[in-house]
Amino acid sequence: MTNTLLLSGNEAIALGAYHAGVKVATAYPGTPSTEILESLARFKDIYAEWSTNEKVAMEVALGAAYAGVRSFVAMKHVGLNVASDPFMAAAITGVNAGMVVVTADDPGIHSSQNEQDNRNYARLAKVPMLEPADSQEAYELLAYAFNISEKFDTPVMLRSTTRISHSKSVVNAKVKRKIQIAGSRFDYDLSKYVMLPANARIRRPRVEKRLLDLTEYSESFPFNWVIEGRSDIGIVTSGIAYQYAREVFPEASFLKLAMTYPLPRKMIHRFAAQVERLLVIEELEPFMQEYIQAMGIKVIGKEFTPRVGELNPDIIAIAGRRTGLLPEKEEEKLELKTQKLPNRPPLLCPGCPHSGIFYVLSSLGQRSILPGKKARQLKFVITGDIGCYTLGAYPPLNAMDTCACMGAGIGQALGMEKAGIAESIVALIGDSTFLHSGITGLVDAVYNGGQITVIILDNRTTAMTGHQEHPGTGITAQGKETCAINLELLVQGLGINDVKTIDAWDLKMLREGVKGALSRPELSVIIVRGACSVRASKHINPRIIDKKLCNQCNLCLMIGCPAIGREWEQVYIDASLCIGDACTLCQQLCSGKAISS
Amino acid sequence: MKKYNLIIAGVGGQGVVMAGNIIGEAAMMTGYDVKKTDTLGMAQRGGSVVSHLRIADKVFSPLINQGEVDILLAFEKLEAARWSHFLKPSGIVIVNNQALAPLSVNLGSEQYPSDNEITRIIGHYTEILYILDGTNLAMQLGEVKTLNVLMLGCLSHFIPFTSEIWRKSIVKNLPTKVIDLNLNAFKIGIKEIKDMIDRKTRNKND
Repeated sequence: MTNTLLLSGNEAIALGAYHAGVKVATAYPGTPSTEILESLARFKDIYAEWSTNEKVAMEVALGAAYAGVRSFVAMKHVGLNVASDPFMAAAITGVNAGMVVVTADDPGIHSSQNEQDNRNYARLAKVPMLEPADSQEAYELLAYAFNISEKFDTPVMLRSTTRISHSKSVVNAKVKRKIQIAGSRFDYDLSKYVMLPANARIRRPRVEKRLLDLTEYSESFPFNWVIEGRSDIGIVTSGIAYQYAREVFPEASFLKLAMTYPLPRKMIHRFAAQVERLLVIEELEPFMQEYIQAMGIKVIGKEFTPRVGELNPDIIAIAGRRTGLLPEKEEEKLELKTQKLPNRPPLLCPGCPHSGIFYVLSSLGQRSILPGKKARQLKFVITGDIGCYTLGAYPPLNAMDTCACMGAGIGQALGMEKAGIAESIVALIGDSTFLHSGITGLVDAVYNGGQITVIILDNRTTAMTGHQEHPGTGITAQGKETCAINLELLVQGLGINDVKTIDAWDLKMLREGVKGALSRPELSVIIVRGACSVRASKHINPRIIDKKLCNQCNLCLMIGCPAIGREWEQVYIDASLCIGDACTLCQQLCSGKAISS
Repeated sequence: MKKYNLIIAGVGGQGVVMAGNIIGEAAMMTGYDVKKTDTLGMAQRGGSVVSHLRIADKVFSPLINQGEVDILLAFEKLEAARWSHFLKPSGIVIVNNQALAPLSVNLGSEQYPSDNEITRIIGHYTEILYILDGTNLAMQLGEVKTLNVLMLGCLSHFIPFTSEIWRKSIVKNLPTKVIDLNLNAFKIGIKEIKDMIDRKTRNKND
């Protein structure tokens, strides 16, 4: 019996894992992977957790696999950088029960700090890589992934991309979940699980043998298949690129691969021998292309499609015409985009608990520029990292100077101080990010006598990815109450004396707090606390502007609040957006007292 | 079976993603293959949101080529202009007559295009343009959030799903307490598009 559903790639991955009998699932939120664990957490007969970070998520999943139950861990592409240490260890110890590692890559950098092709991690770790081309495949591949993991005693990677994760397509799903017969049990085995050099040296050649066995297996992997078409063009492709290529070259022959590491050598040789011109269409790196070239086969790929950014059918079609694989089009009138339309970058929300502290940093740091005014000399450095608060880098706030990766701001701030720059340094970090990877940086600052100011923006959630719980919220991924980490006690416990907690919407206290911390030659921590406004259930007394009292100073626009607009040179507040009594930042700022409820 | 390529465009918070989900489920219930993909950018609110929907016997790419969109359903005027280059020559545009100024416009660093400019940009690609006061109609219903389903009512004129299928998909995708309100919005959308088409035909005949 099957059930027909319209599922996103992420939902399909989750359902596939569930039906394959997963018992322990872990993740740290990160676009485009977040919805996978959110979907899995709804099944109450499995254990699902938001882990502190991806490294811990990998370790928890690995422990579960060692203990004999099918385990699953999901993260975005850069999450695997964080988790790479236990991941590489898992590759050498092997697993016992099946373990699947999902990486959701972000070609085109829709919501990330970089673009990286995580198929390279499969090659690095010498573990198999599966790549679904739509939700149906994502669903079905999960069952294979667990089986391969157990058969070859290896973690199995499954790579999605933003376009797979966030596209919905039809899935025929079997209704029943595979019941795991074997219960959990840890078989003590030093030679397998304790990677002392003596043991690791013995396991190391097994990894090579496993890779050869997997290569043989890939020849008959049922999701690697040939579509026989015209013999003049043969296309090797995988994932979402397959879908685009089918649109652009409907009559070509295809070698469609769902297992992209290790690649099926014999299958590729046979396919190449049957076609006149061999083409690889793949997103990002020439991963398959270089492998095929190394086999001594003539093939084009990245000479044809770009290495940078997301592909789409248009890009492939244009490349096809340019290289003479497709007939010329009479006119290429695609872009009239010469007219410049204003962009609509994402913003901090109305009533955002980050707005007040950003406004204070922006004004103290001489960063805000009123309409018609000139930029001034910036006063102190603000290091930051990943979260909603990265949006504070945009005008009008302009209040972030660095953003590299999760947790980086604190270490960077210390590095700048040790480099000896003249300015003071403020490091900004969110609550979820602080717990993810900020703590170790702060420990380093304590240990090495840093005198930076660290501001923890505690909005009581992981906001940017859509409000996931974290160790500071007191709620688990499956909705159970738990101990909430107390940030004040944690920070004080590190030995920091100058710790203050300030209300996120109290401009006066925020200003005094920042000024005070910057003036003291010691390590200071300010915890700015206020729950994310998107979660505010009621908007009481939205603010209004009395036009008669408004002197058009435009200062309220400098908060960057989407509820405050300007029409015909007059500032107004959109009552449907303003969160009212819970915020009042603009009212606190208005010198002419033109703003009231 | 006919093929449909649709783009739904708007601003974060307007219900673009939900509207796409309702169309997608309705297509699936009708027996079509369907693929839908959302491009959201980073934030919950305020950013550009665009959904591509492809409905046919068999769909490969979820993304639509430029010049191949049958219907562009835009919840905001600037977003209608932004995606109009995806339209095919005889493509249909349904626009909610609302301007949401990006922050850069409020800060004076960029200008919101005039109505004439927006019509000119869209007119470069197609002549079939319907503009309705969807936001006001939704507010009259008592809930501005029904805008997306009201716009679906307009769209339904051009896509042959049965009214029972539309109803089912709306019921399936929305919380119970807002279903009646949204079914009403859907009806108003149907009426609006019919009125607009009638007016157009009359103007042509005059």
